[in-house]
Amino acid sequence: MLIKRSDGVRAKQRLASAYQGLSAGGLDRRGFLKQAGLAGAGVAALAGIAPRMAEAAGAATGVINHEQPVTRVKNICTHCSVGCTVVAEVQNGVWVGQEPAWESPINRGTHCAKGASVRELVHGDRRIKFPMKLVGGQWQRMSWDAAMSEIGEKMMEIRQKSGPDSVFLLGSAKFSNEGAYLYRKFAAFWGTNSVDHQARICHSTTVAGVANTWGYGAQTNSYNDIRNSKTMIIMGGNPAEAHPVSLQHVLSGKETNRANLIVIDPRYTRTAAHATDYVRIRPGTDIPIIWGMLWHIFQNGWEDKEFIRQRVHGMEDVRAEVAKWTPQEVERVTGVPGAQLRAVAEKFATQKPSTLIWCMGATQKTVGTANVRAYSILLLATGNVGKEGTGANIFRGHCNVQGASDFGLDVATLPAYYGIDENAWRHWSRVWGVSFESMRARFDTPQMMHTPGIPTTRYFDAILLPKDQVQQRDNTKGMIVFGHGGNTVTRMPEAVKGLEALELLVVADPHPTTFAVLSGRRENTYLLPIATQFECNGSRTSSNRSVQWCSKVVDPIFESRTDYRVIYDLAKSLDAAATKRNMTYRIAEEMFRPYEIVNGEPTAESILGEINRGAWGTGYSGISAARLKLHQQHQDKFDLVTLRAGANAPAEIRGDYYGLPWPCWGTPEMRHPGSHILYNTNIAVKDGGGSFRPRFGLERNGQTLLAEGSWSKDSDIQDGYPEFTVAVLKRLGWFDELTAAEKASIAQVGGANQDAVSWMTDLSGGIQRVAIAHGCSPFGNGKARANAWNLPDPIPVHREPIYTTRNDLIAQFPTLPDRRGFRLPHLGQSVQARSPQLAAEFPIILTSGRLVEYEGGGEETRSNKWLAELQQDMFVEINPRDAAARNIRDGSWVWVMGPESNSRARVKALVTERVGPGVAFMPFHFAGWFQGTDQRSKYPQGTDPIVLGESVNAVTSYGYDPVTFMQETKVTICQIRAA
Amino acid sequence: MARMKFLCDADRCIECNACVTACKNEHEVPWGINRRRVVTINDGKPGERSISMACMHCTDAPCAAVCPTSCFYTTADAVVLHDKDTCIGCGYCFYACPFGAPQYPRVGNFGGRGKMDKCTYCAGGPQQDNTRVEYTQYGSNRLAEGKLPLCAEMCSTKALLAGDGEMIATIYRERVQRRGYGSGAWGWRTAYRENITT
Repeated sequence: MLIKRSDGVRAKQRLASAYQGLSAGGLDRRGFLKQAGLAGAGVAALAGIAPRMAEAAGAATGVINHEQPVTRVKNICTHCSVGCTVVAEVQNGVWVGQEPAWESPINRGTHCAKGASVRELVHGDRRIKFPMKLVGGQWQRMSWDAAMSEIGEKMMEIRQKSGPDSVFLLGSAKFSNEGAYLYRKFAAFWGTNSVDHQARICHSTTVAGVANTWGYGAQTNSYNDIRNSKTMIIMGGNPAEAHPVSLQHVLSGKETNRANLIVIDPRYTRTAAHATDYVRIRPGTDIPIIWGMLWHIFQNGWEDKEFIRQRVHGMEDVRAEVAKWTPQEVERVTGVPGAQLRAVAEKFATQKPSTLIWCMGATQKTVGTANVRAYSILLLATGNVGKEGTGANIFRGHCNVQGASDFGLDVATLPAYYGIDENAWRHWSRVWGVSFESMRARFDTPQMMHTPGIPTTRYFDAILLPKDQVQQRDNTKGMIVFGHGGNTVTRMPEAVKGLEALELLVVADPHPTTFAVLSGRRENTYLLPIATQFECNGSRTSSNRSVQWCSKVVDPIFESRTDYRVIYDLAKSLDAAATKRNMTYRIAEEMFRPYEIVNGEPTAESILGEINRGAWGTGYSGISAARLKLHQQHQDKFDLVTLRAGANAPAEIRGDYYGLPWPCWGTPEMRHPGSHILYNTNIAVKDGGGSFRPRFGLERNGQTLLAEGSWSKDSDIQDGYPEFTVAVLKRLGWFDELTAAEKASIAQVGGANQDAVSWMTDLSGGIQRVAIAHGCSPFGNGKARANAWNLPDPIPVHREPIYTTRNDLIAQFPTLPDRRGFRLPHLGQSVQARSPQLAAEFPIILTSGRLVEYEGGGEETRSNKWLAELQQDMFVEINPRDAAARNIRDGSWVWVMGPESNSRARVKALVTERVGPGVAFMPFHFAGWFQGTDQRSKYPQGTDPIVLGESVNAVTSYGYDPVTFMQETKVTICQIRAA
Repeated sequence: MARMKFLCDADRCIECNACVTACKNEHEVPWGINRRRVVTINDGKPGERSISMACMHCTDAPCAAVCPTSCFYTTADAVVLHDKDTCIGCGYCFYACPFGAPQYPRVGNFGGRGKMDKCTYCAGGPQQDNTRVEYTQYGSNRLAEGKLPLCAEMCSTKALLAGDGEMIATIYRERVQRRGYGSGAWGWRTAYRENITT
């Protein structure tokens, strides 16, 4: 034991010195002084190196003074999407303590390692303290005013020369809803659709897959509702590490119902350790597994025939594909024995309610959308949608990735999934109080207004590819990055080249992020210190669509500013730059006119007010700031399982579901309770019920796409029906139930074509109100689609990953042919053709995932001393068999080599049976080392994260989902050698 | 008075380390000192189980029995605490402790040990309750405020239980009965010379 202990001390000292030295600048002496008990003057002198540091360090040691009053402020954890309430204790403007939030129905006081240490983010001795820019490769401090005006100048220069599409606006899932919406609006007023965020690289394929199946791109049920499940399958997810607090609900469900908890994953995860059944699969074979399960289900008649008849279109086409996947064929492709899969299929189909939980193991694939579609079809076939304990429980990644998706930080849609066609632009122009024509004039050409932008997975291709291959006036020249890590996208060696070729790079973030240090840039690179969500007000939407109000804990620290303020100031500086150039382009006045401006920034409440007036399509219209604040205040009144406020709740929230999970229809005054479970026909729409959304027409090949013999409780139309428009209301004779004011508003929206005004575009909410009064879903009552004919694979089919170790299967299951999308070429088969040649050299499958201590790109969490201490080294998990064959010992250094760009990463080996033979796993939170080189010296002084390491995406490779350009991070090939 | 104990339900613990960072955050425990940690056995293999470990506040604590300066004392709530002003950092308690709880800061460059530090059950030390001097030496004193140890309060899956021994044993017993399995109250026989029968 003593020997082991001293080993531990050695390892700790190595990083302890990095931790104690405040920056990269060789301050180990500080650690020495401290250890030798010579603190005091020496330390104070050194602390003076980074201005204002001493002050922050003083704040960091802030301890509660029990003689003084303490203010308790509620906010939400800024890490994963579970939405745990954080109770902060504040004294004299310093966050001095954190207490359990017992009253939150979501986390009930609990946290994971990240949530229990969020206070550190706001003490932030490693945060960016003031704006900086690179001058000759050195970081230089500058004022906010100078930074904003230089950035404005450079953006306008690019606009003048190359057009607005040459600036790529990367937003963040760390924005509040209001910040995300404001940034999307900013992109619209700038005149580009190239605005994106983390959803692209985590769940974009989920959104595309489920929205194409039954209407909305979101988790259908909730974390809490999992307590009702009798069978849970977690496939391609490791919530024990990625969403630890969700396991509270999963394990309670498992215990209370004696439920089956089945984990299907290539890796024996920490979640699998708590499963009743574990199925190890070959990475990239999700569709054969699902079809293999469905084969048994159809074979034994376990499917829910009535549900399929009433509510599903095209299941027959699925049967034809499933018939090919006999147990033998499934075993040949996936490695899973038929009997094991039969047992899983039987439990899932017969021990109901069953839920399917997935994360990025499903989505980050070249077949991501198809995977999600297959998962959804399995749920439909077994009738496991729209009831308690069932559903697609999609655990999303970041704290507000759902909200940021909802508000259109996406290259192909405006807020609330309206798309970018003319109707969508007209709707939002009306909401913003500007003319459609004026918005069109902001774009390079009218055409570009309706052309999806460049996705974040490919920004460097848009920079580097020959101009004629990028379908816009010029290549991408400038990038504005808010709250986003640079190590989360594959093919980093090419990203480095891309970043170096940019004319302007702005990183607006609490931390420098990989973007700031990855490349060899020397000029035109700006770092803007942004406040975390603990330092501003706003709402955020957790994975289950519950929207939670977050109150500011402390004022922005150092010189940090909020997203709202920086976006506003950026708009103003663009105007100044345009004036200087005699350009007519203006942005700030029109864009910010609707908002209440306090202390130089728009208030979150007024932005949410505008959202309420426009986001009818996802039912954000009823989610007002006032209602959310009441929910925050009365959290304890909501039921743990149903999330509903019961009889003991104050009248103003009684009957509401916690956080008004969208859709929350109509106006806030209508007091729709929100929808805890989507597509639930067992309750009335006014109580949060619903039906599948007919989005794809009313008929297909002579078959109806409207529900048959199924409707939500209390519906006046006892059959399927299309979405509500004025024309439909008139036909039903309900038009005159609209008030005069509503009719006037509709007349104003509709103009000459009033009949076309729909539940989505009616700004009065009257159409939704009348539909719901008759017990109907505003969006209609349709069938879910097992056959999604508009997708590249209408029925999901297995396709081998681009780089595979099973090259014998490529001929039978090739990836898609080369094609184009999102303004760029999208290679498929031409890259896959390399795979057989590389087989001998790269025999191990490489996959990636999360650790509990870190999140996302990891910059924030690796800068947190409590978390950094727990994971000090980047590593690769390798099976003992593969390690032995390579003479690799546990804990030794190894090189992991990827199949492209001669990429390689120097990491520590973790020899474990967690991964099967022939499979290696790396976590994706590390950065700061690149191809074996430590980049600590490239961080601005005092902002380097405590822990640095190689990024897994330095060795990941080409491969994109055809629908969303999701990157392939979960299956590539590699070689591992002792270093 | 209550008899305070810890109980970690190994069938619930998912090694999320919330207990570890909650502790660090509450008491500002320095880098390298771990009052609480999570131990995983059979890592990566079927049968993998994790247990959150800290000082168990034993009955007839062995640390107290071997301490040459008698710096340990047991509170009325049966929490085992020590007086850092008396501690000489000899390390005997580390050898005696069956749970590896005592921690020592390195104070010099030649391996010298500082005064022992360990879990206080969020009950501070011999100094006056909730004073700055108590905080600096021992961390916060939640018990004096009527609160329980933060590690257990914040446990993500409610695996780690803290509170009166009888009460947490009842909670655990009911949980095991409901779900039909349980691997026992780990460490209880060693620490408290008893077990929970279900």
